Amino acid sequence: MAIISRGFAGRRSTADAKLPPGQYLTTDFPVLSAGPTPHIPLDRWEFTIDDGSNLLKRWNWKSFRELPTETITVDIHCVTRWSKFGTSWEGVSLDVLLADVKTDLSYTMFRSYGDYTTNLPLKDVVNKQAWIAFKFNGADLEPEHGGPARLLVPHLYFWKSAKWVRGLTLMPHDKPGFWEGLGYHIYGDPWLEQRYSDQ
Amino acid sequence: MTWRSATVVGLRDETATARTIALAVRDWPSHIAGQHVDVRLTAPDGYSAVRSYSIASAPNSDGRIEITVERLANGEVSPYLTKELLVGDDLELRGPIGGWFVWRRDQTEPIQLVAGGSGIVPLMAMIRSRASVGSTAPFRLLYSVREPGAVLYGDELRALSDQDHSVIVTYAYTRATPKDSSRPPGRIDAMLIATGTWPSNLNPTSYVCGPTSFVEHANDLLIAAGHGRENIRTERFGATGERK
Repeated sequence: MAIISRGFAGRRSTADAKLPPGQYLTTDFPVLSAGPTPHIPLDRWEFTIDDGSNLLKRWNWKSFRELPTETITVDIHCVTRWSKFGTSWEGVSLDVLLADVKTDLSYTMFRSYGDYTTNLPLKDVVNKQAWIAFKFNGADLEPEHGGPARLLVPHLYFWKSAKWVRGLTLMPHDKPGFWEGLGYHIYGDPWLEQRYSDQ
Repeated sequence: MTWRSATVVGLRDETATARTIALAVRDWPSHIAGQHVDVRLTAPDGYSAVRSYSIASAPNSDGRIEITVERLANGEVSPYLTKELLVGDDLELRGPIGGWFVWRRDQTEPIQLVAGGSGIVPLMAMIRSRASVGSTAPFRLLYSVREPGAVLYGDELRALSDQDHSVIVTYAYTRATPKDSSRPPGRIDAMLIATGTWPSNLNPTSYVCGPTSFVEHANDLLIAAGHGRENIRTERFGATGERK
């Protein structure tokens, strides 16, 4: 039974209908990071796919940027409760990156410069659900927002969209990444409000 | 994580716009300095709004916590918490939340705290936690604040640094300085990092909290001064804290 706060009216808007539970709308683009922003020179950037023992795929910036790209317009939802509607990105679909990777492993751990990691089921990053994004609103992605390139997986809370991404490791079993090991939910569906690990 | 009922047991104005709210929380499991709570307000028609606030008080076993809330002009929740709330009111709260931006009592290395504005709140919990457990970990605080009247916890910080010289406090005023200040107002810079923080060869762990632009700037200065990025933990707020 909720406690009613005497005199609290709150502020609602019609846009709230599109919001997952417990979120509010912002027009800013807030930043959430565990530590300092890494600055990665493009000539040292790479993206790799491995299965924990073997390197399966590798791109440098030039070969990555030769891949076909898509423009994506999506709503994003941060676990710190802001949501932002209609964000516009350009990136390479994980379907492209994983196209000729044959695997029976079912989970992934995305790895970032700065040692951040986040875990995702493989089925959540294929079939037009995830991209490696390098432009936001038509401009190169700023370092504080994850540039040169970040994962974009908008159907989950935005901490899953790892900044400064450098690759992914295919895994047989799910295991927690950085925030997931520090109290946040292993999966993170905003529509089910899966914020914390012990809810 | 369940919602718990909490009763307001004390209110204290810290500045013209910031108020500390003391809460007695039913079945509170205690916390670690640096963690935060979610606070939920519910209107009579069932509409509710939730915001996260850092815990300002040291961990304890008496089921009491304090949060300090800065009133944002266009906020949905902070004006209610800082102006309408009365002692004896109940609200809902869950937590503690967060396992990264925390200081644990068994940490013995030097600690560098860097606060921008109300980013002082979780850092104050660390300073209070250090004092309450009798830790001898060397602490320094670099506190960037708009003007003397915007300083949170000023008297307590002075008393702690007077009694216990291993908590060293350096203020950096960005808009207006006290009369006796030798430094003109301005944002923190390399000179202030050199004189007001632990040198990097002591390998301190740094905790940086404030608005995003402040945190980015402070991190750049710390890294330029030789601090390893793996030793810097950050917590940012701004648009994330409240509806604009």
